[in-house]
Amino acid sequence: MRPKSKNNKTLTAILLIAPFVLCYLVVFAYPVYKMFAMSFTDAPLIGEGDWVGLENYVRMFQHKLFYTSVYNTLYFVGLTVVPNTLIGLGIAMMIVRLNGMVQAGILILFFMPYILPVTVVTQIWQWVLDQQFGVAQPLIEAVTGKRISVFRDPLWAMPMVALVTIWWTNGFNVLLFISALRNIPQDYYEAASLDGASRFQQFRRITWPLLWPVTALVLTLQLILQLKIFDQIYLMTQGGPFNSTYVLLQLVYREAFGRNQGGYASAVAVALFVLIVIVSVLQYQLLKARGKS
Amino acid sequence: MGNMKTGNILLLTFTVIAACAWAFPLYWAIVTSIKPEADVVAGTIFLPETIDISSYVWALLETNIVRWYINSIGTSVLITVVVIMISMMCGYALSQIVFPGRRALFLIVLASFMVPSQALVVSQFILMHKFGMVDSWAGIILPQVIIPVVVIVYKQFFDSVPRELREAAKLDGCSEFQILFKLYLPLNWGITAALSIITFIMAWNNFLWPFLVITSEEMMTITVGITQVGDAFGVKYARDMAIAVMAAMPVAIAYLIFQRRVTQAIMLSSGIKG
Repeated sequence: MRPKSKNNKTLTAILLIAPFVLCYLVVFAYPVYKMFAMSFTDAPLIGEGDWVGLENYVRMFQHKLFYTSVYNTLYFVGLTVVPNTLIGLGIAMMIVRLNGMVQAGILILFFMPYILPVTVVTQIWQWVLDQQFGVAQPLIEAVTGKRISVFRDPLWAMPMVALVTIWWTNGFNVLLFISALRNIPQDYYEAASLDGASRFQQFRRITWPLLWPVTALVLTLQLILQLKIFDQIYLMTQGGPFNSTYVLLQLVYREAFGRNQGGYASAVAVALFVLIVIVSVLQYQLLKARGKS
Repeated sequence: MGNMKTGNILLLTFTVIAACAWAFPLYWAIVTSIKPEADVVAGTIFLPETIDISSYVWALLETNIVRWYINSIGTSVLITVVVIMISMMCGYALSQIVFPGRRALFLIVLASFMVPSQALVVSQFILMHKFGMVDSWAGIILPQVIIPVVVIVYKQFFDSVPRELREAAKLDGCSEFQILFKLYLPLNWGITAALSIITFIMAWNNFLWPFLVITSEEMMTITVGITQVGDAFGVKYARDMAIAVMAAMPVAIAYLIFQRRVTQAIMLSSGIKG
């Protein structure tokens, strides 16, 4: 009786996991393997290639556009990750102090952009920032003295893509911070104000330290997300002007689909892959540390 | 005390102004979309004097938007159904059944969190080409059905279902499949709802993959399709905004109806049990 029931159990388990495992192997694990394998060949996008060893990687490290892409990707990460986290925290702190319907309404206004497709976001901002008729141009004119076609100006393009990205993705951070702020017991603040602590002291001594684990989580999630920047850039600047917004994933796209260099594109993809896995391992360590404390 | 009240009113005022400024581009997009094209560029009128829906009519009649809607709804619904089904079953097995390789599978799924799917687009495209699925619904759907975090969330929730319920069902002679679909699934409808909505929204909003795998205008999802309109007809902002509003409408409405579920799903998938 025993062994049979055990076999039955295993069979049931196999039936239950089979659909997921099969899909996983085909559309997830195999592409990971294929990406690494192809990066050592001179394959075009479609079709086989010959083994060329590390040639693609050597080429990558001699490719000027690769360095440009790495630099721009990191520049974009620098412009978005920390500001997006701090702005999210600020907005969350404003929202938690409200109540009821007002709170719900305000949260919707801040969160709504996050739910929109990227193409809708870029269409809206291209209109808002349009050089001739954009509603934001008087603001830019007031600051700089002239109207600027922001996505065609090497100086303005990346900061503006970053601004649009922050507007688009900030709601996610707000949600995480709101839930973290709600978890801080109210008594802490009451005790602190009885002791005569100012608002700023309360923030520094209570809110900030208790919030740190979530802040670290938001920072790493942001870092991973923004390293994968492609959509907004492709839709708003196509990497220009003069490659000033060219990023890593766009290099993958160009080499594979524009120049039919499957092997080389895979090598660049591997670089991005490794970079993100390293950051994710760091994030995992942070989460684990958080789980223990 | 009076002082604190003033402070609160100041803060409230500031928050409201900030929120309105933040949402202004959304308001502006909607307002632009209901203006006649001639008024759009004639200075900045904040509220339209006459409402003109001709841009919407134009989008419906002159673009492929209906096709794109059908493609988006069809692929997003199918992705959601497949993701939920396969992840739920796998999560259940990981949670409730002891089988060889269970721990290994769990660790593999967990490790997959780190894999950036964007880096896989080249090899996934090659795979879809081999399958003859380029420019088809299957091509859009297949690479999007693996979302490891959904498996883990299901496992966690199934873990916390009381053991006694399971034992009782076993005594009644229920099979594992019956226990899953008649006991564990109904007990966790909330989670299924939350995960379904967020999966649907993510599938609807995905740009990069459908953009790569679809080559004809008729097969595009709406998220990709709306970028074609400007290219083909020159810049007409009322029309651009009308079509953008139409592309965003379904997910915006889904969010407004299921706000709490969306929030819950975001918390769950970022590792905060909410």
